Amino acid sequence: MLAYSLKRLLLAALVVLTVSGITFIMTNAAIDPAKAIAGANATIEDIEALRRSFGFDRPLVIQYLDWLGNALTGNFGESYRLRTPVAELLLDRLPVTMTLGGCALLFALSLSIPLGVVAALKPNSPVDRLALSLSVLGQALPTFWFALMMIILFGIVLRWLPISGSGSWAHFVMPSIALGYYATPAFMRLTRAGMIEVLASDYIRTARAKGLRPATVLFKHALRNAVIPVVSLAAVQFGFMLGGSVVIETIFALHGVGFLAWESISRSDIPVVQAIVLLISLFYIFLTLLADLLNAYLDPRIRVG
Amino acid sequence: MSAILEVENLRVEIPLATGTLVPVRGISFSVQRGETLCIVGESGCGKSLTSLSIMNLLPKRAKRTANRLLLGGADLQGMDERAMSDVRGNRMAMIFQEPMTSLNPAYTIGNQLEEAFLRHRKASRREARERAVFLLEKVGISAAASRLGQYPHQLSGGLRQRVMIAMALMCGPELIIADEPTTALDVTIQAQILHLLATLQRELQMGVMLITHDLGIVARVADRVAVMYAGEIVESGTVHEVFSRPLHPYTQGLLRCIPVPGKTRRGSHLGSIPGVVPALFGEPTQCNFANRCEYATPACTAAPVPLTPLSEGRAYRCILPVETCIANQARAVAA
Repeated sequence: MLAYSLKRLLLAALVVLTVSGITFIMTNAAIDPAKAIAGANATIEDIEALRRSFGFDRPLVIQYLDWLGNALTGNFGESYRLRTPVAELLLDRLPVTMTLGGCALLFALSLSIPLGVVAALKPNSPVDRLALSLSVLGQALPTFWFALMMIILFGIVLRWLPISGSGSWAHFVMPSIALGYYATPAFMRLTRAGMIEVLASDYIRTARAKGLRPATVLFKHALRNAVIPVVSLAAVQFGFMLGGSVVIETIFALHGVGFLAWESISRSDIPVVQAIVLLISLFYIFLTLLADLLNAYLDPRIRVG
Repeated sequence: MSAILEVENLRVEIPLATGTLVPVRGISFSVQRGETLCIVGESGCGKSLTSLSIMNLLPKRAKRTANRLLLGGADLQGMDERAMSDVRGNRMAMIFQEPMTSLNPAYTIGNQLEEAFLRHRKASRREARERAVFLLEKVGISAAASRLGQYPHQLSGGLRQRVMIAMALMCGPELIIADEPTTALDVTIQAQILHLLATLQRELQMGVMLITHDLGIVARVADRVAVMYAGEIVESGTVHEVFSRPLHPYTQGLLRCIPVPGKTRRGSHLGSIPGVVPALFGEPTQCNFANRCEYATPACTAAPVPLTPLSEGRAYRCILPVETCIANQARAVAA
C-alpha cells in the first residue's frame, strides 16, 4: 500500500510539472504580458521598457524556471490588474469554490444514489423510467441554460432565493443544484448498473440464504460493492465541478476561483490565470489519487494483495 | 428416524411470453435425520431449482406450489418472507456450487461467518467469533483464528468451500442443502470436501440433500437417491438398490456412462445417451424420456407415465414391468 501510494505520488508530481509547463507556454503564446501590463494606450517604447524591466525578453525556458522556482516557494507573482499577490487572491477565493463544489457533489450524490438503487430494485418500472428521464434531461440540458431557468423561476418569479453574490448559504443553493445536476446522471446510472449486477451475484444469494434481513442484504452486501466505482467517479467529478464552477460562478456572481478565472482571462491577467490552471490541475490530480486510494480502501482485492 | 424435510408434489412454474415453463413438475421426496439424499440428473433437469424452491430463493418470476413442504414438521409454504428468513441459515442452510463467487469480496470471512450467527442467535460478537473459529477448525482450516481477518480472494477455492460449509453450520441447521458443492473444485479437493460433509453429517446428525450430476459422488456419500429427468423423479431408492438394480432406462444409461475399473475394457466405448432434454413447456403428454429411450414403444408416447411405487422409498417411472427392466439392463451390460 505504501509503495503503491508513493508511486502514485511520484507520477502525480510529474503530471503537475507537465501541466504547469504547458500552461506557461500557452498563456505566453496567446498574450503578450508586456502589452497586457502596459494597457491599451501605451507606446511601443513603453512596452519594450516594461518587457526589459519585467524580464519578459529572456528566453521562455528561463522565465518558466524562474516562475516555477517561485511557485515552489508559494510565490505565484502579483496580479497585473489588482497588484496583489496571486497566492493571497486565490486563498481568499478558494473557500467559496470549495463550498460550491462540495455542496454540488453532495446534492448530486444524495439525489443519484437513492434513485439509482430504487431504479435497480425495479428495472423497467415507472420509477426506473422516471430516473432514466431525469438522467437524460440532466445530460441534455446545458448547465448555463439550466442555471438561468432556475434564476428566472426561483429568483425572479417566486423570489425564494437570491440570484447573485455569495453572502449567505441561500446564495449557494441554486449554484450547487445547477452544478451538481449535471453530474447526477452519471452517478445514477453507475449506481443502477452496479446494483443490478451486484444483486444478481452469487454472494447476494448467499447473503439471502443466511436469512439476513432485506435491508442488510441491500445495504451491507449489495450497495457497498455497487458504490465502489461511484466513489472514484465522484472524486473525478469533483474536479470537473471545480472546472465547471467557472461558468456557474460567473452566472451567479459568486466570488470564487472560477469567477476570478473568468475575470483574469478576459483582462489578460497572466499570473492569475497560470496559478488558477495550476491549482485546478493540482486538485484534479489530488482527486484522482484520492479516488484510487478510496478504491483500494473500499475494495480489499486491491488493498490486500 | 424422522423426516426433516417432507416434499410432496413440488412444482415450479415460470411464466414466459411463449408459454409457461414448468422446470419442476410435481416431485415428492423426503430427507430423514442423519440421512443423505442425493438428487441426480443432468444439467437442466430442475435439480437446482428444486433446492432453491425449498429455500424460497427462486427468481422472482418463478412460482412455487406444493401439496406439502415441511421442515421438521413446520409448514414452509405458510411462512411469509420474514418468517422464512428466520428459518434460512438457521434451521436449514445451503452450500452453493461456486465458492469463488459465493462470498462477498468486500468483507472478511470472519465478518461473513459471524453475521449469520448474530442474525439468528442472541449472541455477542465474541461468542460469534468463538463459534466461527470452532467451525473453521472443524472444517479443517488451520490457523483458524488468523483466517477470520482474511478476505475471500486470499483463499483458494477449496478453502472457500470449507468456509461456505462452516458458514452453513454456524447456527447448527437440521438440514443442509448442497447444490453441486464440489463441481467447481479439483478432483483431490472434491474428495476432501465430500469426506468432510459426510463426517460432519454423521457427527451432527443433520439431514443432507445433495444435488449433483456426478454418480461417483452419489455412490460415495448417498444413503438414498432420487434420479431426476426433465423436472420429474424417474427413479428413487436406496443407493444400493439404484446402483445394483437400476430400473428406469435413463438411470441405466447414466450408470453405463461410468467406466468401472477392471470391468470396462481399454479402448471400448463408454455409454452415452443420445439426444437432449425436451423443452419443459406445459403439461407432459407422454413419457418425457421416450424420444431418447432405446426401448420406447408407441404406448410410451400415448400418455404420461406415472411413478410406480415398489416399496417404501423405491419407485420408478416406466411402463415396462420391473422384470423387463432388469432383463434389459442385464443384456445391455453383457453387450
